[in-house]
Amino acid sequence: MQLIVDKLVVRRGGREVIGGLSFQLGDGEGLLLTGPNGAGKTTLIRAIAGLLRADGGIVRLNGAEEADDVGPHCHLIGHKNGVKASMTVGENLRFWARYLGDGDGDVDPALSRLGLADIEDLPAGYLSAGQKRRLGLARLLVAKRPLWLLDEPTVSLDAASTEILATVVAGHVAGGGMAIAATHIPLGIAAMRELKLGAVPT
Amino acid sequence: MMAPFLELLTRDVRLALREGGAIGTALGFYLIVVAILPLGLGPDLNLLSRIAPGILWVALLLSALLSADRIFHADHEDGTLEALSLGPLPLELVAAAKAIAHWLTTALPLALMAPLLGLMLNMEISAYPPLVGTMLVGTPAISFIGSIGAGLTLGLRRGGLLLSLLVLPLFIPVLVFGVGTISAILAGPGGFWAPLAILAAFSVAAIVLAPLATAAALRLHL
Repeated sequence: MQLIVDKLVVRRGGREVIGGLSFQLGDGEGLLLTGPNGAGKTTLIRAIAGLLRADGGIVRLNGAEEADDVGPHCHLIGHKNGVKASMTVGENLRFWARYLGDGDGDVDPALSRLGLADIEDLPAGYLSAGQKRRLGLARLLVAKRPLWLLDEPTVSLDAASTEILATVVAGHVAGGGMAIAATHIPLGIAAMRELKLGAVPT
Repeated sequence: MMAPFLELLTRDVRLALREGGAIGTALGFYLIVVAILPLGLGPDLNLLSRIAPGILWVALLLSALLSADRIFHADHEDGTLEALSLGPLPLELVAAAKAIAHWLTTALPLALMAPLLGLMLNMEISAYPPLVGTMLVGTPAISFIGSIGAGLTLGLRRGGLLLSLLVLPLFIPVLVFGVGTISAILAGPGGFWAPLAILAAFSVAAIVLAPLATAAALRLHL
């Protein structure tokens, strides 16, 4: 499978945030998006997922069934975690596992991988910001999807959790997946290329 | 396709039951509106029993509307909607599942509570079955049309008021043909099929068409 971004243009509020960006990403490759605030990291990630309409150029996933639609083939971890406060940690993750289509067989391993197994029965409303983040990230592990789009995945994670996240992402990439991560903190994954987005002149 | 749809539907119903706020508010509002109307109209039992079906229908529309703006609000706030939209279901079916959940957890309890409130208005006994019947037929339209408004006003502060302005006019056919069917049934046998058929047709059209409009509205806010 191959993600192709060709001459992508995205405008936000009349301003060209991404102007003619092209790159390709193949199986087993990772891409680290860096750049100052406002450089368009989130915009690029959301445009790849199809949540933002591109004003020009193409985003395509070669080798997927419906090549034009990246959405069903990617995981997007955005700024918000998609965690319901009144459901327990386990219920939250089980919902995503069943909804995204792979059944809930991977839920328990995912919970223990991210250190949430002990608090499986706690309503998610009582979790700390970092624990909620980990629960959001656990979604990556319960449904298999080739492309991971991570927007500031390390926000509110402690050092140990950041390390776990790095191994999870590295494992995905090593297993033939693709990952694009926008982050200020280097994840320390050698296999990832870096793409610097410049601040757009206002 | 069916499994994720049912999964989302059961999750929404479970959340609504567990949090309880939306159902409680809607039922409480319904009770209060129906309870204060006789105070304004005076204790004329004949008048009250004559206008009872109309009052119950209007109050039901307002109560259902009260919770309609929450259909997508929480999911939008916490990022769930974003993740749902990248799932296996098209956004149209996500919208449909959430509208059905709203119907099950708000409109349906309101319709079932209506006969109880009818007692307070001295409604004729013969009017109870048609009242509940027309409400069961007509309320799906309310939930589905309400979901369009909820999608359009998503992310707006004070969106609830705008939602009422957008959606209440669209409820008029439901109200007209709902109350019309009841009057026709009370007037005599036979003549009620036409208004009932139009009410049902309106509901069916809303169920089919509203998810398309709602999904289009949601795409603007993702």
